[in-house]
Amino acid sequence: MSAITAKMRGLLEWVDARLPVTSFWKAHLAEYYAPKNFNFWYFFGSLALLVLVMQIVTGIVLTMHYKPDASLNASGVPVAFASVEYIMRDVPGGWLLRYMHSTGASAFFIVVYLHMFRGLIYGSHRKPRELIWVVGMVIFLMLMAEAFFGYLLPWGQMSFWGAQVIVNMFSAIPLIGPDLSLWLRGDFVVGDATLNRFFAFHVIAVPLVLLGLVAVHVLALHEVGSNNPDGIEIKNKKDDKGIPLDGIPFHPYYTVKDIVGVVVFAMIFASVIFFMPEGGGYFLEFNNFVPANPFQTPAHIAPVWYFTPYYSVLRSITYPLFGIEAKFWGIVGMGGAVVIMLFLPWLDRSPVKSIRYKGPIFKTAVAIFIVAFLTLGYLGMQPPTPVGIAIAQVCSLLYFAFFLFMPIYTRLDRCKAEPERVTG
Amino acid sequence: MKTLLCALLLAPLLALASGPELHLDRMPDKSGDVAALQNGAKLFVNYCLNCHSASSMRYNRLRDLELTDQEIRDNLMFTADKVGEPMTIAMRRADAKQWFGVPPPDLTVIARARASEAGSGGDWLYTYLRGFYRDDTRPSGWNNSVFPNVGMPHVLWELQGEQVLGEDRKLKLAVAGTLKPEAYDAAVADLVAYLQYMGEPAAPFRRRLGIFVLVFLAGFLVLAYALKREFWKDVH
Amino acid sequence: MDGEQGVDCKRRRLVMATAAVGGVAGVATLIPFVASLLPSERAKAAGAPIEVDISKLAVGDMITVEWRGKPVWIINRSKEMLASLKKTDDQVSDPNSDKPMQPEYCKNETRSIKPEIFVAIGVCTHLGCSPTEKLAPGAESGIDPDWQGGFLCPCHGSTFDLAGRVFKNKPAPDNLEIPPYTYLGESKLLIGEDKKGA
Repeated sequence: MSAITAKMRGLLEWVDARLPVTSFWKAHLAEYYAPKNFNFWYFFGSLALLVLVMQIVTGIVLTMHYKPDASLNASGVPVAFASVEYIMRDVPGGWLLRYMHSTGASAFFIVVYLHMFRGLIYGSHRKPRELIWVVGMVIFLMLMAEAFFGYLLPWGQMSFWGAQVIVNMFSAIPLIGPDLSLWLRGDFVVGDATLNRFFAFHVIAVPLVLLGLVAVHVLALHEVGSNNPDGIEIKNKKDDKGIPLDGIPFHPYYTVKDIVGVVVFAMIFASVIFFMPEGGGYFLEFNNFVPANPFQTPAHIAPVWYFTPYYSVLRSITYPLFGIEAKFWGIVGMGGAVVIMLFLPWLDRSPVKSIRYKGPIFKTAVAIFIVAFLTLGYLGMQPPTPVGIAIAQVCSLLYFAFFLFMPIYTRLDRCKAEPERVTG
Repeated sequence: MKTLLCALLLAPLLALASGPELHLDRMPDKSGDVAALQNGAKLFVNYCLNCHSASSMRYNRLRDLELTDQEIRDNLMFTADKVGEPMTIAMRRADAKQWFGVPPPDLTVIARARASEAGSGGDWLYTYLRGFYRDDTRPSGWNNSVFPNVGMPHVLWELQGEQVLGEDRKLKLAVAGTLKPEAYDAAVADLVAYLQYMGEPAAPFRRRLGIFVLVFLAGFLVLAYALKREFWKDVH
Repeated sequence: MDGEQGVDCKRRRLVMATAAVGGVAGVATLIPFVASLLPSERAKAAGAPIEVDISKLAVGDMITVEWRGKPVWIINRSKEMLASLKKTDDQVSDPNSDKPMQPEYCKNETRSIKPEIFVAIGVCTHLGCSPTEKLAPGAESGIDPDWQGGFLCPCHGSTFDLAGRVFKNKPAPDNLEIPPYTYLGESKLLIGEDKKGA
């Protein structure tokens, strides 16, 4: 081999003796054997990682120009709001970075919801992958927190009032509620103190936690190996070298396939940021182009689209219980709707993992769950009406029923035999 | 069982009940018309930039409208000395609040803020600026069909004339202005086109760049897919 | 054998091509990130040229204005001040302004456009302190009896003559920087911009 290649190999050996670079490469890429039958649903994990990196990198550059200051400048515009327009006009390329970050937030949730759905239908939450699922759910919770903190930063009307409503919600908790809200806000109303601490959470605290959790999530996955659309364990059938018969090394096969996924994602993403960055008012809400005004409540406050299913659940609980007001039970319901997903590994009692081999009851249940979830999401964007609330109540019940009755109906279901080897 | 399923699947459609309450006129598309945008800039600086600031918009950004710094300085700058300064106003907020009840809002992104299901921000502004009518119950003597009980007087009244609200809740021109209705509409369209431009000056460049990016990515996709197929021959 | 090599070549070519196009995509994506660190419109506007009216500047007097966050001195030099420059010629380390510390049109004896009006950035070329004016000649300056007039930097003792030229054997390596400037009229300066068409 040439002198340069020899030097490079020597350098690698020197580093390997001090840091497990080559063994890491082998364990997680070149010799991580993943099932060969990954389909479309398997793109979203790597896409989620891509979006996380993109949000962090765009976020770093945006932080160089953004100012978390709620006070009014000489023209009566809040400094934070004006700093966003400064980025959009005066910073070279700033408009592109801002749109990447705002669209990236919505893209993150689209990708993560689809990623979670993949887990649900192929049984990626089942033993021995329960912890991957649980860590993933904590990541989801952290992502919701990150989006919530980040949304206050542009300091528009929706930013302000969304934060005001959510933080005030905590005051419904019996005994500690009002003090808790005061502590969270740092003031009697959402203001400069709130803005600055949300900035700290959004820029440093939560991203660090997210990065750590994602590392744990992938480590836990690599410890047991990936699931696949058939829900069977490829490690059960290995060749004489110990390599799963249905396994292929992640690198180069899935690196090369994921590049295609990334390019397709990039095309969709580019279509949005270059041609419809406001996303029809869903990615950048129209009312958020009005600076925050604590004295004027907008006619219609709704959370950003990715929170609307849970907001719908919150709004659908309208009666008090045990002497505690409905507002509190609404929070319990909303939190419950997120937290219940955590228990999925223990709720699913089916003998098979993948929906491909489950019976008609589970398939119907999933269909109903999807319809209920999407309906709740849609309703959460509308102003409340009696009909809307009634439908939301039905859908909330269906949503919870999907999980709560799962131990029963998954056992009753008539499943098909799983194959020995993976199919396409 | 099947009927229950169908009913459940279709029930959510009940929620699609309400439509938009506001009817807005459609704003003509003048985004590529440089002459219209220049006229709009002139109207903005002369009529609006006394009470309303546009503090995130710098005068020298108007070079986008094919104006030189000297042209900007000679024709459009009344509130600043240097062409790099932003479009601020001299009126103090406390005074403005006293005189109008609410300080007139900054207009930099008004065209983005006024979008809704009823129409684009441009549609709203176009209808608003043509929707003022005489109303002696209001302090300014004016009211507006799109923004009831607005604090703003009809700044362009000399151009449009005076409208009144008829018994049929429709607007009628009672006193003619210096511009005929079509000419007034055209002038307002120029002004609103300028406001749309000012809301996002990077928009034209953004769209042009987007085409390049998508074409490039399409080519990259072909290559990446060929690469994937080549490697995956091993697997099949 | 041939078929295998053909496959390998094709594979390698595809990898190279994808890597190359991917590299282009990567660099293109980096452009807005890198560009965003360049001076923004706000920074450029704040650093815009300033106009200074020197109609009231008496002979022998000095005023200080601010440009790009730095002090800029404007001195209306008297005949004696200009004459003193010949005397300091062999005491300064760069008498002919060979080093590029001034615009082309100030590369002359007086380091200015018009001999009387001297414009310079009041920042010592050693480590950035602002020198003190010692315009009057003689022993009162506290420097030495031969002092012809100029500037003394209090931080490390560098001295400059009335054309901003640095004296030999001082910590500062270069003459004071002359900013680009031009005349908008008899007594109006525009500091920060060369004459149009120059």
